[in-house]
Amino acid sequence: MSSLEIKNLHVSTGDKEIVKGVTLTINTGEIHAIMGPNGTGKSTMAKAIAGHPDYVITEGDVLIDGKSILEKESDERAREGIFLAFQYPSEIPGVSIANFLRAALQARMAEGEEIDASAYYKRLYQKMDLLKIDRKFTSRAVNEGFSGGEKKRSEILQMAMLEPKFALMDETDSGLDIDALRIVSDGVNSLRGPNLGILLITHYQRLLSYIVPDHVHVMIEGRIVKSGDKSLALELESRGYDWVKNELATA
Amino acid sequence: MSEITDTLETTMENPVAGIDQSNGNFKYDMTYDFDAGTGLNERTVDYISSVKKEAQWIYDFRQSALKTFFAKPLPTHWASKDLENINFDKIRYYLSQGQKPKRTWDEVPDDIKRTFERLGIPEQERKFLAGVEAQFDSEAAYSNIKEAVSKQGVIFMNSTEGLREHPEIFRKFFGKVIPTGDNKFSALNSAVFSGGSFIYVPPGVKVSHPLQAYFRINAENFGQFERTLIICDEGSELTYMEGCTAPKFSTATLHSAVVELVALKGAKIQYITVQNWSSNVFNLVTKRGLAHEESEIKWIDCNIGSRLTMKYPGVVLKGRKARGEVISIALANDGQHQDTGAKMVHAADETTSTVVSKSISVGQGRATYRGVVHIPKNLKGCKNNTECDALLINSNSRTDTYPAITVRGDRHAVQHEASVSKVSAEQIFYMQQRGLTEGQAMSLSVNGFINDLARQFPMEYSVELKRLIDLEMEGSVG
Repeated sequence: MSSLEIKNLHVSTGDKEIVKGVTLTINTGEIHAIMGPNGTGKSTMAKAIAGHPDYVITEGDVLIDGKSILEKESDERAREGIFLAFQYPSEIPGVSIANFLRAALQARMAEGEEIDASAYYKRLYQKMDLLKIDRKFTSRAVNEGFSGGEKKRSEILQMAMLEPKFALMDETDSGLDIDALRIVSDGVNSLRGPNLGILLITHYQRLLSYIVPDHVHVMIEGRIVKSGDKSLALELESRGYDWVKNELATA
Repeated sequence: MSEITDTLETTMENPVAGIDQSNGNFKYDMTYDFDAGTGLNERTVDYISSVKKEAQWIYDFRQSALKTFFAKPLPTHWASKDLENINFDKIRYYLSQGQKPKRTWDEVPDDIKRTFERLGIPEQERKFLAGVEAQFDSEAAYSNIKEAVSKQGVIFMNSTEGLREHPEIFRKFFGKVIPTGDNKFSALNSAVFSGGSFIYVPPGVKVSHPLQAYFRINAENFGQFERTLIICDEGSELTYMEGCTAPKFSTATLHSAVVELVALKGAKIQYITVQNWSSNVFNLVTKRGLAHEESEIKWIDCNIGSRLTMKYPGVVLKGRKARGEVISIALANDGQHQDTGAKMVHAADETTSTVVSKSISVGQGRATYRGVVHIPKNLKGCKNNTECDALLINSNSRTDTYPAITVRGDRHAVQHEASVSKVSAEQIFYMQQRGLTEGQAMSLSVNGFINDLARQFPMEYSVELKRLIDLEMEGSVG
């Protein structure tokens, strides 16, 4: 079992502090959902953990199995097992999904080692079948001209191929219609297992009826203000975020 | 000729005495005790012509070209002022065969050595490419090819030999596609040229394998003032490849080649260049093809490295339904300026031309697209499609596009598209988040950008090109 520990994390962008001291431990095998209104720092936290240069960690620490990753570049963090499923994934014109994933896997190998092309394609097609993705998909340039659903499916496919220890899924449900949501959720559920820890960022409970979390946290104004099990999500759905805010105010 | 050699003999030692000039083999065993020295005047041309035992007409051609060279100004009114930094007096215009390079392997910069290693260049070739050895002995490979194609009646030899052995063909086409006075550097080449290829493909012959200059490089051919002339007779087909992706580490700072192609009725010529000059080189090249009726000339041109490259491969579409195409990739790294493009001159009805240019500017590198398309009023049914795309890697990179499309008359179809894109920080972060290093991410972006063009290169070239871009991009980040 591996663990991702987030300790008293403070994150700023520009001069503005967005995340104001978050502490959270995710073990492999667990799914944690972070819910909260827009602009509350959920995505900022995910990007900072992944090492985005625009987000500066001013205080606190992030550790994998007890070792801090903050000194590492974003690509090193990725190779150590951090995967960020982007809310808005970038296009890479001219680079096919197959070549992109191959380069990403190659980057994980020791110098002088070459990826076995036929084994690679076999595995790629296997994962695509699992995620119900058409094989023609792999020859398309990464995210170029993709629909919202295709982009999210491409993220899940990459996650399946790269086998991270911890996946930070940033608003994976945004921009999806109900069919696409079901397909993407089925994909995530099929990857669920003892070797993967997931941090699911969303502001709708909708996603959580498809991907059922072990823990639910509510984040407001840069802090986790309430934690519970899956029933917390349902309570939020019926009572709204104001309920938590009011509770905070009276406390 | 005799008059000239007589004069020369009285004024200088005869450099060609006792040398068997009938030796048609490619590798020259001759040694000269001296060379043309540095600087350029009539005596330099006398010397080169006499060493080569050239006929009177070619001697006259050279001398007249020299006058044109001196008379013509540098094209700095439209091109880079950097041209003014060429010191014509310091340049060695002719390197004799026996002259030993003065460099040792230890003096070759480490990054060049590393590149050779990464590209998997064989040991023996490395020394040649680095200028440590004057000659790369590839005679065996060359004569096999030469033998194979000569069965089809194809002539494939050094242009010096071509002049000597096939003057009747050579003279008919030489200097006709690119007149001496086309520009200052074509005049310079016409005065001092040596090396380069001469190819003649007889009617109807389709040469199945690409002919490669690489198979017969030697000190002369490696040189600065190559002159290539390729004639494809009616209905014949040829693919020619020059250069290689290995960096040419040259001490000579001026390289000025002239390449003339002639495609007779229904012939097809494809000319592929991949060049990677060291960053001290001025690479000023004139390339043009003459396309007769229903023929096709296609230039595939890839320029990496050099201090300044100016190259605008062109096609003169002389016959009805002739087709011309230029596909070019240019990569300008820090301190480099790639000024490249295409010229399409429509001179007959229903002629078609296509230009696709992709340039990449890295760091303070500068890429310029300069194109001319000319369709006169009296013609009908001409088509041109021009597409130029530029990719900027860093915020201080620079790209310029100067398309000049002149179309007169209303019976033509012309399309022009241009785009400039940037590798964004978000894109790089996205790729790094998947585990690629910043350098790997950059080179993947660049390879993606040129992907559709690189596919048109022969397999081994496109693989090498990819590796080369990896190397260039690796050096461009932290």
